[in-house]
Amino acid sequence: MSDASEVIVIGGGLVGAAVAYGLAREGASVTMLDEGDVALRASRGNFGLVWVQGKGDGMHEYASWTRRSKDLYRSFADVIRGGDGTDIELKQDGGLELCLGEEDFRANEDEIRRMHNQPGVGENDRVMLDRADVLKMLPLIGPEVTGASYSPHDGHVNPLYLLRGLHGGAQALGARYVSGAQVRKIEKDGEGFSVSTKVGAFRGGKVVIAAGLANKWLAEMVGLSIPVEPNRGHILITERMQPVIPMLLVNARQTADGTINFGNSHEDAGYSTRINPAKLAEIARSVIRSFPVLKDARIVRTWSALRVMSPDGFPIYRESESMPGAFSISCHSGVTLAAAHALELAPVILRGGFNERFAAFSPERFDAAPAA
Amino acid sequence: MLRRLPEQKGRRVRFLFEGEQVHALEGDSVAAALLAAGAGATRTTPKSGSPRAPYCMMGVCFECLVEIDGVPNRQACLIEVRDGMRVRRQRGAPGLPGEAEDDPV
Repeated sequence: MSDASEVIVIGGGLVGAAVAYGLAREGASVTMLDEGDVALRASRGNFGLVWVQGKGDGMHEYASWTRRSKDLYRSFADVIRGGDGTDIELKQDGGLELCLGEEDFRANEDEIRRMHNQPGVGENDRVMLDRADVLKMLPLIGPEVTGASYSPHDGHVNPLYLLRGLHGGAQALGARYVSGAQVRKIEKDGEGFSVSTKVGAFRGGKVVIAAGLANKWLAEMVGLSIPVEPNRGHILITERMQPVIPMLLVNARQTADGTINFGNSHEDAGYSTRINPAKLAEIARSVIRSFPVLKDARIVRTWSALRVMSPDGFPIYRESESMPGAFSISCHSGVTLAAAHALELAPVILRGGFNERFAAFSPERFDAAPAA
Repeated sequence: MLRRLPEQKGRRVRFLFEGEQVHALEGDSVAAALLAAGAGATRTTPKSGSPRAPYCMMGVCFECLVEIDGVPNRQACLIEVRDGMRVRRQRGAPGLPGEAEDDPV
């Protein structure tokens, strides 16, 4: 039996590591349990966007939480650099969602209208650009591009450096990191909890379950029902090229080195992370419609990873009522929300009043009986 | 300097590297043929322009990129030499279609 920590964080991905880092910054002793190389690891397969536009359509609390995290990101990047020297390569120069055809254009326009004047979200500064405006930013778009929605808030990081910086920063503050610690059991242990893993048992005053898709069964052990399901995305990486896409797009980004990354596909494929060539072809076809000049670009790498999706796409945060001190944290935007998780959510875990503060993100919203 | 093993036999193949005739054996990869011919650097990098040559010989490192018959960024270690192939060094990132090619002369 190891020494007890104040908090055990189950999960070493971007959500777990951000929470662990935030807790360590508050002075708490933390043990981070990482599943190891068998984990699904959305944190190593994602696109790295710090994305605001369109997030929270249907839940203004999520829109403002996203905006809050984005606002915190610059100072968060500085904090991480101060922690272990890691530069997360944060850029927040705005982003575009290109529209192919009239229907796409109207859909984005409608989304902007729906999200207009929602409480607490901040300035309504996402705008529609017509084709002529987009051409000025992206001279190589194809004839089917009708315009784009633009938000000055959107940006991106290097997600692998972000993960490394969170791990390094947490450990620099004394957090203990344990790899290969697949969790088998979470039990009440006196005032705190005992977590049994493949590499031994760990004791902690509180336990935070931030294990991505595994929250579905781990949170059951503390009396919570967390209905998260996998959603598969693919990413394609091209050879290095001359500048084709000088702006950040929701589905494409060209790095300083010239490679272009494409993503933003959705697929229900259970827990399989195999590559689906048909899906790759679909992404490629859509990219060529946006940028015909890319039809001869060579793809040098592809992969797929699983998003952690709730029924409505919004986060699920909850402290167990039956086992107070046990928390479940799930979301699909582990990159975008990392700053908020570290700087704003973690302190609430230590202070109390968690369920009041994050009432909007309670899983109880999925139990509401349909109106008779 | 790399040398062929003495027992290597096979049909002779001739191709062009930067306009110069190079001899190879059928079954050679373009990368192996260039190394055997002492071609030296086979590309310059897009970022710093520094010279590179084939390294991993198994398709993962992308150090051996060359232009073959007008198509840029081909992996020389994964492509067999053929008679009459026109191979050039890959100079940085390729131009976009429709742009003037830089002339190697």
